[in-house]
Amino acid sequence: MTYIPHTDKDRQEMLAVVGVDRLDDLYEAIPENVRFPDLNLPDPISEMEVTQELQALSEANLEVFHTSCFLGAGAYNHFIPSVVDHTLRRNEFYTAYTPYQPEISQGTLQATFEYQSLMAQLTGMDVSNASHYDGATALAEAVILALNHHRGKRNKIVISPAIHPHYRQVVRTYTQGMGLTITGDEKCETEPKDLVKMLDEDTALVTVQYPDFFGNITDLSALGEAAQASGALFCVVINPLALGMLVPPGDFGADIVVGDGQPLGISLSYGGPTVGIFTTKDKYVRKMAGRLVGETVDSRGQRGYVLTLTPREQHIRRDKATSNICTNQGLMALASAVYLSVMGKQGLRRVAELCYHKAHYAAERIDALKGFTLWNKHPFFHEFVIKCPRPVAEINERLLEWDILGGYDLGQEYPDLKDHMLVAVTEVIAKEEIDDLVAALEEVSND
Amino acid sequence: MTEPLIYELSSPGRKGVSLPAVDVPETTLPEGLVRVELPLPEVAENDVVRHFMRLSQLNYSVDTGFYPLGSCTMKYNPKVNEDMARLPGFALTHPLQDPDTAQGNLAMMYALQDWLMEIGGFAGVSLQPAAGAHGEMTGILIIRAYHHDRGDKGRNKILIPDSAHGTNPASTTMSGMDVIEIPSDARGNIDLDELKKHCDESVAGLMLTNPNTLGLFEEHVQEVIDLVHGCGGLIYGDGANMNALLGVVRPGDLGIDVLHYNLHKTFSTPHGGGGPGSGPVGVAEKLVDFLPDPVVGIVDEGDEDKPPLYGLITPVKSIGRVKAFHGHFGVILRAYTYMRMLGKSGLRAVSDYAVLNANYLLAKLRDTYKVPFDRICMHEFVAEGHWDDAPDIHALDIAKRLMDYGFHPPTNYFPLIVPEALMIEPTETESKESLDVFIEAMLAIAKEAREDPDTLKSAPHKTLFGRMDEVQAARQLVLCCRPSYLDKPDNK
Ligand SMILES: Cc1ncc(COP(=O)(O)O)c(C=O)c1O
Repeated sequence: MTYIPHTDKDRQEMLAVVGVDRLDDLYEAIPENVRFPDLNLPDPISEMEVTQELQALSEANLEVFHTSCFLGAGAYNHFIPSVVDHTLRRNEFYTAYTPYQPEISQGTLQATFEYQSLMAQLTGMDVSNASHYDGATALAEAVILALNHHRGKRNKIVISPAIHPHYRQVVRTYTQGMGLTITGDEKCETEPKDLVKMLDEDTALVTVQYPDFFGNITDLSALGEAAQASGALFCVVINPLALGMLVPPGDFGADIVVGDGQPLGISLSYGGPTVGIFTTKDKYVRKMAGRLVGETVDSRGQRGYVLTLTPREQHIRRDKATSNICTNQGLMALASAVYLSVMGKQGLRRVAELCYHKAHYAAERIDALKGFTLWNKHPFFHEFVIKCPRPVAEINERLLEWDILGGYDLGQEYPDLKDHMLVAVTEVIAKEEIDDLVAALEEVSND
Repeated sequence: MTEPLIYELSSPGRKGVSLPAVDVPETTLPEGLVRVELPLPEVAENDVVRHFMRLSQLNYSVDTGFYPLGSCTMKYNPKVNEDMARLPGFALTHPLQDPDTAQGNLAMMYALQDWLMEIGGFAGVSLQPAAGAHGEMTGILIIRAYHHDRGDKGRNKILIPDSAHGTNPASTTMSGMDVIEIPSDARGNIDLDELKKHCDESVAGLMLTNPNTLGLFEEHVQEVIDLVHGCGGLIYGDGANMNALLGVVRPGDLGIDVLHYNLHKTFSTPHGGGGPGSGPVGVAEKLVDFLPDPVVGIVDEGDEDKPPLYGLITPVKSIGRVKAFHGHFGVILRAYTYMRMLGKSGLRAVSDYAVLNANYLLAKLRDTYKVPFDRICMHEFVAEGHWDDAPDIHALDIAKRLMDYGFHPPTNYFPLIVPEALMIEPTETESKESLDVFIEAMLAIAKEAREDPDTLKSAPHKTLFGRMDEVQAARQLVLCCRPSYLDKPDNK
């Protein structure tokens, strides 16, 4: 039996100790009429066969290594240094659980403390938690923090339309039982400055994305000031990689910063698992969801780390907890900590700039094509919107013939942006690939 | 043994990775938007490798030894799972690429949905939830949506036994519902008389953990379910304990309406030092339309020459998305690998041997450790970690002393209804020999508790770290290594 070490002799001896004759006798507490259903499941296969089957299945997919990937929209194809996966494959990291016993979990605890430190500094905030499921659920948790901060007295959330559509949907799913007004994202052209007018005494939180879903980077300090004046919390959804070059939200008044850590050393893996980043100011730390690692000393006087401020959490506070989160994204947080460590101060800046320059080169060349226009009116980071002469789906189908994975069809989520493509360019894309894309688009628009 | 922080290894100007030159004309950086300081460490690749290598060595893990952490199902994590999740054809797929170009992914996900439906006795499954607690919230929102859809808007109560995991009440609150706690009776079951008092038209549902957190199969499960159904409520099943039930009983056959699975427990995906997990949700026929968006479905049946075409489908009355993209694909793939290998007979054997191992431990320990609800258990059981003749010893001391014997301790202080709880879950992947060594240690510790209590109170002794000062951690609150931190002499 795969992964079960018992011999027949072991089983006999153990059954005798328990005092029953057969394994089936262990289940007498279960109603007989439903006991031992005959399941329609496949028969076992060997390890060798499963690898062959899955290899074949994996080959039925198109993947980004053999194509030029210009698709982003919240999940990005970046270079991942080898060190990252070598660390994740350390058995002591990936086969441990939550560090409830600090004496034998200092590895996970210290690595998490380092993750918290790296995230706090990258975002320019005071503290980070140990992770959320992803960027979208981190944003939903920010909304809940804001509601709790205002003790349920403010019931309006102002949300920018340029936040990832999935994130906005998740916020609405999470809060559907709470009787909130969620507004601001009705029209795709609403800008951060337009959100200022929507802030009022009932607004618990205002949130925008930076760079936004369309790639734009704008100065958000006026919105930060307006939020503060109205008493609403200000939450910024970030792409952590962009913060390798951009002013961090802590510098323009963010109360909470959330985002998805996938760009930091985590493979695309069809969208998950990734890691949800959540950082905030010291003053909100007791309202924060999720685990927190703090520094202390052990009985021998050594510096050590423990889970702390646990009275916020579900296992202590139950229905009064700040969140229900228990299992989080520990290993993915470790991946991003290793990534930020090995990239370091110079490397992260370099990757961000590579993305920036390549994206601008691509945008400029595509904008020069007949029929294609750059839609962005602001500076952008590594993603931009192109108005196309044909439906995006049609273009993308043709691009596949060139081994190009085209950009995201914005019309799917934004009816006003029909025929608009969101193009992402990361450091892994070479100039020749951009030139190929330009040539392909030209051909596609001509037939 | 203290390992420096990565910041303490930093030296200005040092680089960890080589990157290519810019191969396109450069564009000026946007004015006023570029950061001045980027306070990240500057370390060499070798520094990073050694640092994290040394940190890993400070951890105890399943691959180090026996890890009987109750409720967490710390079974062996097959290595082939890791390799399959890293196959480029899977790991390098983009979540938003056209489903037509991701048929391998979708076929795998569709099969897993199917197997989970079969094992649980359900009509639909969503693979989206990220963990057990996330599945709970998803399930409670589905229950809420179901009642609302029928115009039944007054149901705002979720009944939760006092033995339930903390995530149950927390998930209920997050879903905007009210928690009503139901006490347990003298045999560790839900107290039926108490339950009856609360069954009325304000009940949206009840959250049932079965086997419950004492490791016992609810003796009146049918009555409990009938009572709640009788007043119009639905049953949520916390499937954290499915390791006892594979091929043994299908929760759906018992009348459970919605249940989450923990792929990171039952289906062998690693716990990752805290995550990621995956918490798929299975539902009865009447709830299929409310599942989160999207589920994997067949959009074209195909024929003899053409395989079926899979797609991502939005259920008609969906509660919405619960996370970005399509769930924890990498975790889902590991669980698929495991289930495909074990197959029907292997999965049944998982439960058989998980239950056998737990009962073997229980039989060997029950004369030494008090077991408050002592009968044939399922995949785990709860003992009390204290004795009248060793009044100073607590479950915590036993847990810490177990580390000296080379084990990860059981879960302590949960469930809350057992004083000084030690919740022991061996899983099926442990051999008789490994259980026997653990039993010896547990018996030796019981003896030490009487003869040499100080050794227990000051344990662990053989680990690289001693007990941590948790009070100081909470009082002084150092949650982050700030630049000022590095200047403090006592941190060097
Ligand atoms: C009984 C029970 N229910 C629910 C959960 C929550 O699951 P997760 O940690 O995956 O969110 C746990 C986790 O330990 C559990 O033991």
